[in-house]
Amino acid sequence: MELIEAIILAVLAASTPLLIAATGELVTERSGVLNLGVEGMMIVGAACGFAGAWLTGSVFVGALFGIIAGTMMSLIFALMALGLAVNQVATGLALTILGVGLSGLIGAGFVGERITPAVHLAIPGLTDIPLVGRVLFGEDGFVYFSIALVVGVWWFLYRTRAGLILRACGDNHVSAHALGYPVLRIRTFAVMFGGACAGLAGAYLPLAYTPFFIPGMTAGRGWIALALVVFSSWRPGRLVIGAYLFGAVTILQLHAQGWGIGIPSQFMSALPYLATIIVLVLLSRARSGGSTAPAALGTVFVPDR
Amino acid sequence: MQLVLEKRAERSGTIALVSPLIAIGLTVVTMVILFAILGKNPLLALHAYFIAPLTDGYSLQEIAVKATPLVMIAIGLSLCYLANAWNIGAEGQFLIGAVAGSWIAVKTQGTDAGAWVLPAMLVLAAAAGALYALIPAICKVKFGASEILTSLMLVYVADLFLDYLVRGPWRDPNGFNFPTTAEFDPVATVPLLIEGGRLHLGSIIALLVVAAAAILLGRTIKGFEIRVVGAAPRAARFGGFNANQLIILTFAISGALAGLAGIIEVAGPVGHLQPGISPGYGFTAIIVAFLGRLNPLGILIAGLFLALTFIGGEQAQIAMKIPLDVTKVFQGILLFYVLACDSLILYRFKLSFPNRQVASGTH
Repeated sequence: MELIEAIILAVLAASTPLLIAATGELVTERSGVLNLGVEGMMIVGAACGFAGAWLTGSVFVGALFGIIAGTMMSLIFALMALGLAVNQVATGLALTILGVGLSGLIGAGFVGERITPAVHLAIPGLTDIPLVGRVLFGEDGFVYFSIALVVGVWWFLYRTRAGLILRACGDNHVSAHALGYPVLRIRTFAVMFGGACAGLAGAYLPLAYTPFFIPGMTAGRGWIALALVVFSSWRPGRLVIGAYLFGAVTILQLHAQGWGIGIPSQFMSALPYLATIIVLVLLSRARSGGSTAPAALGTVFVPDR
Repeated sequence: MQLVLEKRAERSGTIALVSPLIAIGLTVVTMVILFAILGKNPLLALHAYFIAPLTDGYSLQEIAVKATPLVMIAIGLSLCYLANAWNIGAEGQFLIGAVAGSWIAVKTQGTDAGAWVLPAMLVLAAAAGALYALIPAICKVKFGASEILTSLMLVYVADLFLDYLVRGPWRDPNGFNFPTTAEFDPVATVPLLIEGGRLHLGSIIALLVVAAAAILLGRTIKGFEIRVVGAAPRAARFGGFNANQLIILTFAISGALAGLAGIIEVAGPVGHLQPGISPGYGFTAIIVAFLGRLNPLGILIAGLFLALTFIGGEQAQIAMKIPLDVTKVFQGILLFYVLACDSLILYRFKLSFPNRQVASGTH
């Protein structure tokens, strides 16, 4: 029982950064912009988040620092890809390369330092319920926030006028523009939202997952978040399933290493990456009839005024 | 006030030539600001980065050594990008090439194997790199899976595989438990061009690759097809060019070149297989490809320039305690400016003042 509870808790913790980052990117992509710089925004968010928490002693301030850092990174992307109509794939790669360097620079002074990680909820009575108590009532704030975030994004995309307009920009920017919607401004906001989420997801790692900062600690999670958006067919509900599945793969391979199965640890560590490839192939194949991606995803739009 | 882009009637040839230079200039200005923020003397730092490495023979050789893998990988990537196929996993193909070639070196260690060893290593590394690159290419062509994500995921897999080999079966028994293979035998080592120097045969191979790419793109029908498929996919379809076949081809070539670069690095400057053989060559090569305008000669120059930043970064770290990560920041900023300046080739930037236009209309 205790082991099962521990595994569920670990899966939730491993899934949360993926879920937050992927939710942000989903909104960005729904507006028609492909920002491949999630990894770069995340790693800068991790460095700035840790710096904020270490300087002020507050995890909340750290999370804010992460959000601000991610948003500022995404603004560079918006200026390039939307303002100057540069190829989005290349710009996203540049953002990741820049982010890896910046985070090393910012985080260099903090390697080896520790902070008090985010506190977990504790409601007397409820949290002590066996098996489900800690899973439901004993998580840190990020986990609850990530659920609220997905629900909020679902509500925004499918139940509000603004969400409909955002999706219209992603499906056909020429029509949206002709109807008088400010396509580039809407996309800029969507990119900023994606950046804020990526920054927060990055900050989660040193603030809650491990209480210290290591250079390169995102370890490809930004890229896996991008794959999750494809996995979800650009739908928030499926994103939750995907994120928790990937969290489960990550945790299972860690546990399998502990059980001493005769498989070298490196092969187990490669599992999440291999799983990503397999899932991408299976899904893309199943969808051969027609793509569910936003029709204008990744295309350049220059308004003709 | 608003920034507005206006499409040029035709692409500007002048700007196409000077845009990399503008980008480098803007990057240097940004770096001066960054150095000032870090509390370092910007002029001394710039000197350490860009001038000092050019003043002694050892550093000059070292630049050529660093440029060798960058140029070879970037040439392959440029073919992919021209064909609009996004291989960003060259780092993984580099590592797999290094592993495959090292296999022969490790197996023939201490035997009396002859001069065939090094050529066999090069061939096997290129083949392995090509096969590894074909995984994302085939996933793309057959199943429509994003080659960007799959090729990137395979970088992590290759990294872990190499790690497993040098910590497990291939570890040097006399290596004090360090994760490395034994030093390669002389027959498994890339020969030096100057006795006692650093420059090795790999640099010559890189120059041959540049020449071959220039011929492929400029003088052959395949090269023409690659450029048309990327620049005008509809025209290419009408022309009967097979886009999928070109994705496979360009991925295979770029994987082979990355793999070759990998074994040359291991059997050359490094001398044995160990983790961390690449300071991110596969990713820096993306910058080289764009800075070089996806043109073979441009890539050669861009590769030398980025190699200079690697060496300059090391010298600035030793002389002025400037963190090595500054080099990565520099490279990232450079790519941004290159892409932004490239936008000038197709568009004209204009500042528009919407309110004033309305006002002048009423007069």
